[in-house]
Amino acid sequence: MTFSFLRTRKWKYQKPSRIEQDKTVRRRIKYESELDIGFREKIAKMAWGERLDSCMQCGTCSATCPVSHYMDYTPRRIIDMVRQGFKEEVLNSFTLWVCASCYSCTVECPRGIKITDVMYALKREAIKQGFHPKRFLIPMLASKFYKQVLRHGRQNEGRLILSLYLSANPLLLLRNSKLAFRLWRRGRMKLFEKGIRNKASIRKLLSSIERREEEPVQ
Amino acid sequence: MKYIYYPGCSLKSTGRPYEESLLAVFKELQIPMEELHDWNCCGATSYMSVDELKAFGLAARNLALAESQNGINGNGDPDVHIVAPCSACYLVLIKTERYLKEYKNERKAVIKGLKTIGLDYNGKAVIRHPVDVLFNDIGLESIAKHIKKPLKGIKVASYYGCQMIRPFELFDPVHYPVTLDLLVDKLGATPLDWPLKTRCCGGSLTGTLHEAGMRLNYRLLSEAKKRGADMIITTCPLCQFNLECYQDRISSYTGKKIEMPILYFTQLVGLALGIPEKKLGIHRSFIRFPNFQALEMEV
Ligand code: SF4
Ligand code: SF4
Repeated sequence: MTFSFLRTRKWKYQKPSRIEQDKTVRRRIKYESELDIGFREKIAKMAWGERLDSCMQCGTCSATCPVSHYMDYTPRRIIDMVRQGFKEEVLNSFTLWVCASCYSCTVECPRGIKITDVMYALKREAIKQGFHPKRFLIPMLASKFYKQVLRHGRQNEGRLILSLYLSANPLLLLRNSKLAFRLWRRGRMKLFEKGIRNKASIRKLLSSIERREEEPVQ
Repeated sequence: MKYIYYPGCSLKSTGRPYEESLLAVFKELQIPMEELHDWNCCGATSYMSVDELKAFGLAARNLALAESQNGINGNGDPDVHIVAPCSACYLVLIKTERYLKEYKNERKAVIKGLKTIGLDYNGKAVIRHPVDVLFNDIGLESIAKHIKKPLKGIKVASYYGCQMIRPFELFDPVHYPVTLDLLVDKLGATPLDWPLKTRCCGGSLTGTLHEAGMRLNYRLLSEAKKRGADMIITTCPLCQFNLECYQDRISSYTGKKIEMPILYFTQLVGLALGIPEKKLGIHRSFIRFPNFQALEMEV
């Protein structure tokens, strides 16, 4: 019996900091001046981030998280690093992309911190500021999804996965072709599907919301 | 009162059996329901990862559409009930509703955006999950009256998944949900008590971070098997897909043969109500429960 897939693999992702690239002796701690103090406030201002400050570092979130053993920083550490202003480390972290949005941490946190929503806020920041590694599937899926819905109003799982794998790693297509075929045989996969009738309305709605975001809403 | 049915993208493709069985069961129980006209994608978890305000704006369009479909524009009839069977859609719509309630400035921006496409949102729409509707509005007793074929002798593990019951405790306790088990019991089958009822199936991780996703699903499947479940029922198209479609791969990874039928809870209800298999979309599943035919014969 081989449990090869149960072993944690070395993931290909950008190292937390570029500092370590040359082999000279380096300090591992950050000085106050290198931290981004405004980071905490920025994240706390996003949806349901308000209670960030009340974390008592109990670690309940990391304990309940079903995927914490795949993360480089556990949810508890992420929360504290956000508070302390370790912006680069947090946004470069693999944790954001492993989070499956299962809300276990959110319901268990004794301080009522909405950790899942903080993770969402961090994902948005990382995508916006271009922090995620190239050809890494999870953020790519998010932006492909985004574009497809903008164009059609609905998404189509078959086409979404097809375009994702095509641009990331065509080998994955090969691996999943049997599955796709089985789905298709049972009428559970369509590559072409009409979107909504009023496609222009989606674009209009989203662009009008976008414009307003620039100027502060009073 | 008429329920408004918000299918979401999954129920039109991989989750087709869910849609078929849901509609069949609601028809059998004579619950009036019509599809939301021209609905759009709720944005799911991916949209939330890209832009917050737009994600909520996108989902709010559905809420506004539902309100106008029920003809309440302005005069405040509170009876707009949206039925969202996909757990992800369900949660996104609920979060949108709460977001628009809690954050006043953002609400203004979203409503202004909706006005540009001729829609209005009053915050009257209530979002419901079909489990919630069956359990609280219809009631187990009146479902029991319709049962034609009690599902005797099947051991069913109910898998609730994450987003139907977390993070808001709306109709079931977050730590130990029971609605599905009570339903299973009413249908004549034996509900299985197992600890992973609400453990995550990995969601979209099975596609993006394959190993992690497989591991999560392996735990669920092997635990259910160990406890002697005959099948697992789910409430979400993504959970069903993850649990069912990767079983051969998980078997080959672990060297353990796992063959566990994964049904939607509506399919199970439909079987008990005596709806033919074809109408419930059971022919679309990868792994079939061997005794369905026998159940048919029992009558
Ligand atoms: S569970 Fe809450 S309080 Fe405890 S470490 Fe996590 S975020 Fe902080
Ligand atoms: S929501 Fe994310 S961080 Fe929280 S427990 Fe689930 S996977 Fe872990």
